[in-house]
Amino acid sequence: MALAENRGAGRHRLPRFQRILWKIARVLGSVVITMLGLMFITFIIGRVMPVDPVLAVVGERATNEVYQQVYHDMGLDRPLLVQFGYYIWDVLHGDFGMSLLNARPVAEDIRRVFPATFELATLGVLFGVVIGVPLGVMAAVKRGSWIDQTARVVALIGYSMPIFWLGLMGLLIFYGILNWVGGPGRLDIIWEGMVPERTGMILLDSLLAGNWDVFKNAFSHIILPASILGYYSMAYISRMTRSFMLEQLSAEYITTARVKGLPERRVIWKHAFGNIRVQLITVIALSYANLLEGAVLTETIFAWPGLGSYITTALLSADMNAVLGGTVVVGLIFVLLNIFSDLLYQVFDPRAK
Amino acid sequence: MMSDSLNDPRLGFRGWLLTDTPTSRFHARCVAFYSGWLKFRSNTMAMVGLMILILLVLIAAFAPWIAPHDPLAQDLAGRLKPPLSEGHLLGTDSLGRDILSRLIYGSRITLYIVTLVALIAPIVGLLVGTVAGYAGGIVDAVLMRLTDIFLAFPRLVLALAFVAALGAGIENAVLAISITAWPPYARLARAETLTIRNSDYIAAIRLQGAGPMRIITKHIWPLCISSLIVRVTLDMAGVILTAAGLGFLGLGAQPPSPEWGAMVAEGRRFILDHWWVATMPGLAIFIVSLAFNLLGDGLRDVLDPKDAG
Repeated sequence: MALAENRGAGRHRLPRFQRILWKIARVLGSVVITMLGLMFITFIIGRVMPVDPVLAVVGERATNEVYQQVYHDMGLDRPLLVQFGYYIWDVLHGDFGMSLLNARPVAEDIRRVFPATFELATLGVLFGVVIGVPLGVMAAVKRGSWIDQTARVVALIGYSMPIFWLGLMGLLIFYGILNWVGGPGRLDIIWEGMVPERTGMILLDSLLAGNWDVFKNAFSHIILPASILGYYSMAYISRMTRSFMLEQLSAEYITTARVKGLPERRVIWKHAFGNIRVQLITVIALSYANLLEGAVLTETIFAWPGLGSYITTALLSADMNAVLGGTVVVGLIFVLLNIFSDLLYQVFDPRAK
Repeated sequence: MMSDSLNDPRLGFRGWLLTDTPTSRFHARCVAFYSGWLKFRSNTMAMVGLMILILLVLIAAFAPWIAPHDPLAQDLAGRLKPPLSEGHLLGTDSLGRDILSRLIYGSRITLYIVTLVALIAPIVGLLVGTVAGYAGGIVDAVLMRLTDIFLAFPRLVLALAFVAALGAGIENAVLAISITAWPPYARLARAETLTIRNSDYIAAIRLQGAGPMRIITKHIWPLCISSLIVRVTLDMAGVILTAAGLGFLGLGAQPPSPEWGAMVAEGRRFILDHWWVATMPGLAIFIVSLAFNLLGDGLRDVLDPKDAG
């Protein structure tokens, strides 16, 4: 204990640059351990699964010799830890095994579906930031007013509403009744394949190709799922913004600024808001990670061909390699975003020791 | 043991509950509980949440007497009847089953899942967190690293993977949700333990010869409970949503059981023509998880005033 404290004190005397390097090294170490654990969990899940992977390859009518041969080839007769070693080796090389459903590499499938999720989640978080941040700031500034109450109710509904149900209701109202937006899917069928695929994100691809019609159609399809996903991050972001702002606004430097006669807008946006920017970015990164979760259900509702619907489809057809591959990728993104927000906070916020 | 104040006709039982000079340990507990209740009662929204949940428990308990129809009885002649049609207040689904009756019976499944998760996850978390916090050193490092690994997954995705491995069904859904839900409790319990561990009264108990088991179970656990309860209540909304999500994806309760999420999934096919089939169960999920959120907010204000705001 005392030793640790001494070391801590010694580190404190290091120059700033080295201190940051040390922090980064420590964070990286914890990332590696977390990732190993994450892969171990998915590996174990894959092993206890009731589906026999050998049977899935050789089929029901294979002879015992063929079965044994494949069993051996797949390395299933080796000790569990050795198998885990091979699994890590494969994952490090971007190999998640073959999909049992379509006999294609899982990694390739994931690369193909990922841009759709990325596009959806990015637009969603954009929606959450653009509406959530001003809402949170206003709620804090006018504490107890109708805008604060509205923000509160909006957040409460966001925490309580099943996202798959909200998606269905959105489809019913805005597509079925009002016909304001495009229905499920990323494009109407007639626009399918009209623009060359470069990024896999249709909004971007159609802009790159200069095809305005496709862009409009894609936008009408993405706007509803993105705003429904975004609603949830908006709820979270606005609550966090509000509490950060309340903390700042009660500080004495704000009173000083007001006494000096600064205009209120400057006090709020320059002084108070300026001090919560780093905290806010970490919150946004976290809500971006949380969107991955909502994406699983939203993509199912909107027939959105992304990572979420890839995992659920694989799940329902017991395609274990695909499920585990998808889970590892989602976990990886989650960890990286968490680490990113953590690092950002540590490096840029002088209050974090 | 009863105090004199109970016999004082001017104060009565209420006075006994509000006294600032409790005469026994039991008395003091009653006073603390009652003043907490008074504070809770003044929070209208929390009371609304509590009422909804009490109503839910009553509905679940008396389902056979309340439900107008058998939740599984099919009537293909009367399928997809709109709400307010004769004998079917909320309409019927694609097999002619009465939606209201299915919702009433479905409340049992929801309560079953919530109760089990609310028992399993916090207890596991409490065990891991207090042991890690009290033992410190390598035990702490290993347990907390494990906690972090579980926290590194989005909950629904991890639950999906577990259900995939265990097979679909309510019990497995409960297990999968519990496995994904315990880490925050472990973090919380550990933080509480760390603040308690070095306090003087623990040192005093240790000097009296109490072993780690006794200190953890008798002196640390009771102090962790109140913050855990708040956290559980606030988490229950999320548990309901996750369970409904699993049911919606066909990985929770299996048909024909009237699980609310599965009912939404079933109504999804007719959403544009027969909106009520998916709308009603979704509303039920929303109302119950809203009730848990309201109750949790109220409890937090009473039990944990430092985070209020």
